[in-house]
Amino acid sequence: MPKKYETPLLDELEKGPFPSFVTEIKKAAARSDMAADELGQLEKSYRDKRGYWKHGGIVGVRGYGSGIIGRYSSLREQFPNVANFHTVRINSTSAFFYTSQFLKEMCDIWDQYGSGLTNLHGSTGDLVLLGTNTENLEPIFAEFSSRGWDLGGSGSAMRTLSCCVGPARCEWSNINTLDINYNLTQEFQDEMHRPAFPYKFKIKTAGCAVDCIASIARADLSIIGTWKGKIAVDQSEVANYAKKGMNITEEIVNMCPTKCMSYDGSKLTINDADCNRCMHCIAKMTKALKPTGEKGATILMGSKAPFVIGATLSWVIVPFMKLEEPYDELKDLIRKMWEFWDEHGKNRERIGELVIRKGMREFLEFIGVEPVPQQVKEPRRDPFFFWTEADLQK
Amino acid sequence: MEKAEVAQKIYELVEKSIGKKKLKSSDIQKQISADCGISRDEVKEALKDLVDEGKLIYTYFGGSFVEIPPKE
Repeated sequence: MPKKYETPLLDELEKGPFPSFVTEIKKAAARSDMAADELGQLEKSYRDKRGYWKHGGIVGVRGYGSGIIGRYSSLREQFPNVANFHTVRINSTSAFFYTSQFLKEMCDIWDQYGSGLTNLHGSTGDLVLLGTNTENLEPIFAEFSSRGWDLGGSGSAMRTLSCCVGPARCEWSNINTLDINYNLTQEFQDEMHRPAFPYKFKIKTAGCAVDCIASIARADLSIIGTWKGKIAVDQSEVANYAKKGMNITEEIVNMCPTKCMSYDGSKLTINDADCNRCMHCIAKMTKALKPTGEKGATILMGSKAPFVIGATLSWVIVPFMKLEEPYDELKDLIRKMWEFWDEHGKNRERIGELVIRKGMREFLEFIGVEPVPQQVKEPRRDPFFFWTEADLQK
Repeated sequence: MEKAEVAQKIYELVEKSIGKKKLKSSDIQKQISADCGISRDEVKEALKDLVDEGKLIYTYFGGSFVEIPPKE
């Protein structure tokens, strides 16, 4: 197909050392009118310094309220092939493991029914298919569901869950992140596909505090693996790290947030009672240090990007929860949190914002979790423990 | 109360709200369960049937709502 539009501004984005999305759209545009018009509209957006997409509306597949994001061009006469340019979110697999056969099939389906542009994976964690028209939505859904795939979450619903690679490829994972991710996805299908919340709700599971999927910054419910025992120290491996040039005092001991470690030049000592399980030392000295004892997860809630209030990080609700199939304790906790949100949440208010508005005390009372010191986010600065008249009488 | 009757109540509520207020699924569940003295799960089930049959649809306008599909 001949080049349809001149794109001098987008061409600039192809320069430099990194792969360019413009190059990929141009490749797709060589055989797709939709991708070609997308390129034309994008160039115009860069030129005019404004976007020309509208999103939302009434598109979807029968029975679902999630997974399809309607996108419409406000320049439909000028770029008719992207008058409708809907996004399809396919529920990704736990930790993004696919067979090459599925990826080939997915590409074939998308070349047949859509623009051919994909995003693996979008910031939502979904397998994102970019750009199709309204008539093709049902056939696309039929193609994917007949192969055992389903749509992901969108709108005021539980979003597609995501997790780190976990025990599949990481020996430091304290929990089976993949199984938790899969199990919760199966359990909460209705909450994902039939939006009934005040706003979006994201769950992300990380196997340890290194938090490779940044669940502490991106999820309304962050599940982060931890352990209760001591950190086992192999002193001969510590000596090897020192021999290879690691400055253990500078890089390990001085970087410990709770200052629970000491090093005398030959022996590394850890005061485990003061350790907050941040994983810094273990991640730096993987051969020398290892968590031991009971494994489980810390449950945190409330992180989000700026909207009603600024960006927030998740804070601890349950310091340690044993996580084993069928994860009933976790599921009950999630349902209680949703109940509180449903009862008190305003439209487009994230659960973290609600807890800040209503107070942690009311939230903890509602979900039936005892206040504990680990829940204090910023000691001496912003305490959320308040005493009632009755408490003061005691 | 029969499921079909609950579904009818839901449909009427959504119909009545046209042009006045967009209803969220939770608004419907709260309203119908209070009006009819039934559990929210029962309302949810009836709503699910209505959506599966295509009599109601989910829409998104800065939040997810339940509406009657537009006439072709």
